[in-house]
Amino acid sequence: MTDTKPRVAVVVFPGSNDVVDAEVALERLGAEPVLVWHGDEELPQVGGVALPGGFSYGDYLRAGAIARFSPAMRAVADFAADGGFVLGICNGFQVLCEAGLLPGVLTPNESLSFVCRDVALRVERADVPLLSTCEVGQRLTIPVKHGEGRYVADPELLAQLQANGQIVLRYDADNPNGSLDDIAGVVNAEGNVMGLMPHPEHAVDPLLGSADGALILSALVDRARERLFAPA
Amino acid sequence: MKATVLVRPKPGILDPQGKAVEASLRHLGFAVGDARIGRVVDLEVEAADPEQARAEVERMCAELLANPLIESYEIELMENA
Repeated sequence: MTDTKPRVAVVVFPGSNDVVDAEVALERLGAEPVLVWHGDEELPQVGGVALPGGFSYGDYLRAGAIARFSPAMRAVADFAADGGFVLGICNGFQVLCEAGLLPGVLTPNESLSFVCRDVALRVERADVPLLSTCEVGQRLTIPVKHGEGRYVADPELLAQLQANGQIVLRYDADNPNGSLDDIAGVVNAEGNVMGLMPHPEHAVDPLLGSADGALILSALVDRARERLFAPA
Repeated sequence: MKATVLVRPKPGILDPQGKAVEASLRHLGFAVGDARIGRVVDLEVEAADPEQARAEVERMCAELLANPLIESYEIELMENA
């Protein structure tokens, strides 16, 4: 063990608005958050990356469609290709899907209304690196706040995701956006990149109604620690 | 050269905006069904000839203007414009 805090990048796009929440949450969970501007072509020495929520580039065209071309996203793609751990939250999830780092796409909510409330999630996989702190079947209460969170995949892709166990979080009984198969979070085939619509960084203290989000973020902090300080 | 790209939600993809507009039109007394809402992108493309312009716009569609998982697109070129 080491006393050194693992550094985790928080990528800031124009229009990201959960940067400070992500920073504060990661800090509370023992990490040293490092802000990375979207124009930065390289990531600093970090063990993990968080893509926070917001409305990058105004959500113009499609949510996440423009952010994926930023220099920082090229660096994030290289980091992910090298096995680095990447967590995309809400708009971050949308960016990862548009960038092709995660399968599927997030589309306007079925209701056309912006939803902002706590939802119940069911953990479907606890053997993926970014949910190692959870248990299969565990119920988590974490808020959503989005207008474009309806997960869509064609039947072929959905079958593939189900077969590979890439659907890692589902809305439990209350699907807030009309997502296919109640999908709230997915991982890539390798398991090192995860995206979810709910906001774990808004649920890290019982005072805010739930601390369940801390479980997910601590998994990212744990992975970052291992990646940076693994014994040679 | 002027080009217009029409981006549409693919068949089978739920289009809540189209549904809302359809419901409003029906409410106004119009007998309509299957309203779908897409997007129009007008562009001025610098290209030597129509073939090159079309190829360029095809690439724009593939890389940014449409998401092939949910959207289809059509390209119109106005060669004399």
